[in-house]
Amino acid sequence: MTRVGRLLAEWAPALAILVLGLVGWEVAVNLFGIQKFLLPKPSEIITAFWDERSVLWPAGWYTFTEAFWGFVAGVSCGIVAALVLARFRPLGSALMPYFIAASAIPIIAFAPIANAWFGIEKSSKIFIAALLCFFPVLVNTLRGLRSVRPQQVELMRSYAAGETALFRRVRVPTSLPYLFTSLKVASVLAMIGAIVGEYFGGSQQQLGIQIKNSAALFQFETAWAAILVACILGLAFYMAVSFAELVVIRRYPSAPRQRG
Amino acid sequence: MTAAAVSIRNISKTFGKGGTIALQNIELEFQPGEFISLIGPSGCGKSTLLRVIGDLIEPSEGEAIIGGKKAHQARLDRDYGMVFQEATLMDWRTVEKNVSLPLEMMGWDRGARRERVRELLALVELTGFEDHHPWQLSGGMQQRVAIARALTFKPSLILMDEPFGALDEMTRDRLNLELLRIWEATGATVVFVTHSIAEAVFLSSRVVVMSARPGRVQRIVETDLPYPRTNDTREDPRFFELATEVRELLRESHEAREGQ
Repeated sequence: MTRVGRLLAEWAPALAILVLGLVGWEVAVNLFGIQKFLLPKPSEIITAFWDERSVLWPAGWYTFTEAFWGFVAGVSCGIVAALVLARFRPLGSALMPYFIAASAIPIIAFAPIANAWFGIEKSSKIFIAALLCFFPVLVNTLRGLRSVRPQQVELMRSYAAGETALFRRVRVPTSLPYLFTSLKVASVLAMIGAIVGEYFGGSQQQLGIQIKNSAALFQFETAWAAILVACILGLAFYMAVSFAELVVIRRYPSAPRQRG
Repeated sequence: MTAAAVSIRNISKTFGKGGTIALQNIELEFQPGEFISLIGPSGCGKSTLLRVIGDLIEPSEGEAIIGGKKAHQARLDRDYGMVFQEATLMDWRTVEKNVSLPLEMMGWDRGARRERVRELLALVELTGFEDHHPWQLSGGMQQRVAIARALTFKPSLILMDEPFGALDEMTRDRLNLELLRIWEATGATVVFVTHSIAEAVFLSSRVVVMSARPGRVQRIVETDLPYPRTNDTREDPRFFELATEVRELLRESHEAREGQ
């Protein structure tokens, strides 16, 4: 079998499920006469997706850039904070309980307040997305930086290594799988943060506002089409992060049992 | 007069406030080129003593002098190489990169590193495994990589903490022979912590028998078996006599403690 053939064979069951699901959905809506505001037919959603493309995709892109910059800001701050806290252990131990507590706060609840601080345009959404990304990245990366085995520390000390060398040669490579796990979570959270942040107020350019307004105007197929755009962009973001992981982990592989 | 390879001067170590006495008034002196084993029941402080020599643990009293230098200075000067029970290899590094880690830290250039690693892998008979990752090797092979790594900067002292303790007996016997060959080739002083009486007697020029709670030197047994030792040595009547002597010393200390 060719490479393409093998790939097709591997994906065929998943594709079949998708097609079956869509057909079943379409048939069920017709058969039971389900109201459009409850659940539009896939064919209607696809039609709206195509007809409204000139509105939905720019809105999607706009929201994606909010999520992206929120991700960049939140992840950078999370990594830097983790490095500082791992380097200065007493400080880390003092602050860690608060960070763990903070990571359990429903940050999205701050969205209206973020609007008051930064206005209803881009920056308030970036802020919420960044805040959502910050805590999981911080907590996971810190855990990774600290999960070094004691013997590895002793080994490095026997080479007269200082803290900087220990970080560079052992702590950072050890933390990479933990970091990437949190980055994947953060990529999803960033999209959620941006869209839900928009629900609390924004401009017509934003996808969240498109979803909200379409639903309010009973254009449910458009709302669903906008959600589809959000799904596609969110998935693309997640896959981009996964690809980056693949590239980095190829350079810094860990034993197969740890790959999970 | 040349300085002793290792001179242990009245070392005591107590863990915690008024806690267990791991080591009590240890006085030892090892000459350059000796192969010394530290043997004793769990809790006799043999691993602690090894770490005091390597300046990985600070003694509560006394000091260790390595080749005329204080242990701390000797560590900073990278005067010893260390091998642990676990190979403690970095998963993300290949065999070649693992062995060259100490050299990277010393700022050797790539060509010189490669040359030295090639020599060392030949010495531990792992030529051809340069590009393997640790998890692709057996336990015995991993430990040979760790030994090669400990030898990279030609230390005059090698500290080994039960390096073959986790291996099966056949592999252990083979690595014992290999270690003696390496020891003879490098002329280094070896301090070797072990649980195994046979291993201690087979390898060492002197066996330091320790007793537990508190950790003390009970007796030093001179193993007057001629080098180079071979598999036949293990069947030498003198080998059995010495093993019996060590075994009885260990039993004595055990019974003395039980009788208290």
